[in-house]
Amino acid sequence: MNDTRFTYTLRLADDLLVLSHRLSEWCGHGPVLEEDIALTNRALDHLGEARNLLQYAGQVEGQGRSDDDLAFLRNERQYRNVKLVEQPNGDYAHTIARSFLFDAYHLPLMQALLKSKDEQLVAIAGKAVKEATYHLRHSSEWMVRFGDGTDESHQRAQTALDDLWTFTGELFVEDDVQKELEKAGIAPASGPIKAAFDSTVNEVLKEATLKRPEDGFMAEGGRDGRHTEHLGYILAEMQYLQRAYPGAEW
Amino acid sequence: MITKERILELLDYVKDPEIPVINVLELGVVRQVEVGPDGKAIVSITPTYTGCPAMDVMAADIRKELLEAGVPAVEVKQVLSPAWTTDWITEEGKRKLKEFGIAPPEKTADIRALKGAAPVVTCPHCGSTDTVMLSPFGSTACKALWKCNACQEPFDQFKCL
Repeated sequence: MNDTRFTYTLRLADDLLVLSHRLSEWCGHGPVLEEDIALTNRALDHLGEARNLLQYAGQVEGQGRSDDDLAFLRNERQYRNVKLVEQPNGDYAHTIARSFLFDAYHLPLMQALLKSKDEQLVAIAGKAVKEATYHLRHSSEWMVRFGDGTDESHQRAQTALDDLWTFTGELFVEDDVQKELEKAGIAPASGPIKAAFDSTVNEVLKEATLKRPEDGFMAEGGRDGRHTEHLGYILAEMQYLQRAYPGAEW
Repeated sequence: MITKERILELLDYVKDPEIPVINVLELGVVRQVEVGPDGKAIVSITPTYTGCPAMDVMAADIRKELLEAGVPAVEVKQVLSPAWTTDWITEEGKRKLKEFGIAPPEKTADIRALKGAAPVVTCPHCGSTDTVMLSPFGSTACKALWKCNACQEPFDQFKCL
């Protein structure tokens, strides 16, 4: 039970840590100043939440590992994030679409976690839910602006959605870890979260005049540590300092 | 032996490093102050935003302020629940924010603000309510960027949370 709780907490944390890293790659490169600031703000929110979750994961595991140990000293097979968040930034439509699909899942997940039997997860979700509300609003507004904008922006947003859709199935995977914790009242059921995701996506895409991609082949494996090639490069950059100079402090 | 009242007096001097006109009590991040049997000061703080880098600085500043005042030992604990809300910023804190040029947050009781309906934000410079949000993300995690249509000045707004 503690093993599965550890894995589950890592899954929550790693999604945010990896997405935070991706968004921070935009720092100094944003298309306009306000968006540069918005993405780095979001990266910071995700990182803070990831930190809380990693600290908690370390406590659950009980081996004395800190949040830094878990972030910097695990290899890619030990990362439990979905493949969606490790996908490259691409153009701005790709970056926004990736965050939009994640936000549409993350907000209802955090809302549902407020009813978890795990008190610490409830406390972390209590903070996260407020920030996630802002995040979804930000990415939704840009989806509409792109989709209902020029032919060029519409086309780019549609391409981004089509490219990323295959990674959305994994957000709602019902495996043994998920089922065991669902039964224990710790993890919320995927069904209602999927329903909330669908409703947000449908509503925003309709306003954006974008077409919801068909559910085809859905990529899986990230939750078990099988990732796309991109994660290795992210970790190489993120972990370099601690690997090269173990225990280095700022 | 230090008293709880004395600790609170000292905390008055610990400012938010990013908004140096307001102290940690006015910001509402200090949730509890206790004195241990050995005279140790235990201060519980709650983060404003989960990733706010100012929290570590505030914890260090609280420790420094109390140790320098002769408190033998200090522990700063972080508590996450209940989650911080802008409603905990004191009236005095809100007044100071406004004087500093930051529009203070609205009440979260007005939940429309959090849900995204346009809140009425008063320009801290000229007092006009003819204002427009430029970006929901500002110079720090807790602020949004606004512009006043009357005096044309941009300003920060403390986001309602």
